[in-house]
Amino acid sequence: MVGAIGFWGWVGIVVLKAVIILIFVATAAAYMSYAERKVSARIQLRHGPNRVGPLGLLQPLADVVKLFFKENTAPKGRERFLFLLAPSIAGAVAIFAFAAIPVNGPTTIGSFTLHWDLIHVNVGLLFILAMTSLGVYSIFLGGYAANSKYSLLGGLRSAAQLISYEMAVAFAIMGVIILSGSLDMEQIVTKQTGLWFIFLQPLAFFLYFIAGLAEGNRLPFDLPEAESELGAGYHTEYSSMKFAFYFLAEYINMVIICSIATTLFLGGWLPPFAFLSFIPGVIWYLVKISLLLFTMIWIRFTLPRFRYDRLMNFGWKVLLPLGLMNIVVTGVVIALRAA
Amino acid sequence: MLKEIAQGMAFTLRQMFRKPITLNYPEEQKPTFPRHRGRHMLHRYDNGLERCIGCELCAGACPVGCIYVLPAENDPEHPVSPGERYAARYEINLMRCIYCGYCAEACPTEAITLGPRYDLADYRREHTVVTKDELLESWPSFTTGGAKPSVLGAGADQRGHEKLESGVDPVKAWDAFEESHIHPDEATPGHGGLEVTPPTVKRTGSGEGESR
Ligand code: SF4
Ligand code: SF4
Repeated sequence: MVGAIGFWGWVGIVVLKAVIILIFVATAAAYMSYAERKVSARIQLRHGPNRVGPLGLLQPLADVVKLFFKENTAPKGRERFLFLLAPSIAGAVAIFAFAAIPVNGPTTIGSFTLHWDLIHVNVGLLFILAMTSLGVYSIFLGGYAANSKYSLLGGLRSAAQLISYEMAVAFAIMGVIILSGSLDMEQIVTKQTGLWFIFLQPLAFFLYFIAGLAEGNRLPFDLPEAESELGAGYHTEYSSMKFAFYFLAEYINMVIICSIATTLFLGGWLPPFAFLSFIPGVIWYLVKISLLLFTMIWIRFTLPRFRYDRLMNFGWKVLLPLGLMNIVVTGVVIALRAA
Repeated sequence: MLKEIAQGMAFTLRQMFRKPITLNYPEEQKPTFPRHRGRHMLHRYDNGLERCIGCELCAGACPVGCIYVLPAENDPEHPVSPGERYAARYEINLMRCIYCGYCAEACPTEAITLGPRYDLADYRREHTVVTKDELLESWPSFTTGGAKPSVLGAGADQRGHEKLESGVDPVKAWDAFEESHIHPDEATPGHGGLEVTPPTVKRTGSGEGESR
């Protein structure tokens, strides 16, 4: 990769990609909050933000400014270092995970191949899963460090929830890995040319999406922050920009979960029909994640929160066996066809 | 369970395409019922004369004593009202008023009624004492003369509040405001020495409510 453009050219491209990703992620997170408020408002027959800028489109900007100037309060008896570290982890790992998501197919210019993901590794999927799982540390540490019972309960719930759902996510993804025979995100997408994996693995897609909701702490699985029981859960004691980091991380995680689902099941940047391929892949990718993101918001404002024990039951007794079954069936079919 | 979830999702999706019920409050206001007892208004006859004859019955009937009427003799050449007297000053302390409507019932000439207007909050306490300028219908009136009644009530156009400088002694400022605006000796049937302010409150939405 380095050979074709020289070392400095390579560094320049990496930095450029990093900056673009950072800007995209920050904007996406800000406008996810806007979308969430707007969609929820329309579902509840309200108007939603409509005062700042045309259609309230500058509302996220105003929110950011407000968060910057908020007083930064912190509880007594907190673990100072961890209290500071936890939100940083939340923001950082969310952005890290985004680095390995291919938003477009590789572009070849002369002898140089431009990959659209920042770090193109052949185990990209594994990297993303590792990063998203790290997110739980921020929640758990934040809950622990704040010296507040609500935060602690939120953190504990989050840890328990993650253990139950991480498995389901892994098993759901396994089917796709068997089909594509690769952990490379780009190859997984390329394998889907003609037939998206959602048609081969519909069950896995639903399992992944449901488990993804739980991973992203979204309703109906938002037990770590269940506002009616726990104040705001793990970020009860956080204010100002520290809170903003958690907030940002939650929305970036949503984007990541939808990105993974798009890449693994909905053909990533591929157009739905071959004749539509004149539209750039990035657009298809954005359209697909927007649809999934909308579904997430839509679910949030439709379904009530699960009870804690039912959540656990659902994870271990429904999602996990279904995931296992999916792997076995996929494996058997593949083996039979090969034989 | 899946069926119920699908039903719920379909319902929320349908809701999204309905028109929001919420009104954008200051710009859009909900029309009141015709008999809503909101802020008062002082009416005129068709010929522009004020109905109020300064008899102070309303002030007497008021259970909380929040009406102040200063009667004055009519100039026979240029009468303000058909009677012998008219109200040179007419003030209602809205902070104290309980919107019982006794004043309207006591009035012999139906000069004062309670209108549909309800956005009465103000940043300055002294502005909550409404004066005759603000209460009186402008001329030509809304309620007579064929003009369509404003759903916001006769008082809607006549706030008459001037922006006072901040840092001014409220009492002095209020006195100065009154002095500059009320000239009992110059009062004519048109408007107690005041310019007529045309209606400025923008109104959107349906207007089922009517002012009387
Ligand atoms: S509505 Fe009742 S309280 Fe208010 S001014 Fe009239 S009589 Fe007084
Ligand atoms: S409003 Fe009616 S009751 Fe009150 S002073 Fe005028 S005429 Fe008399």
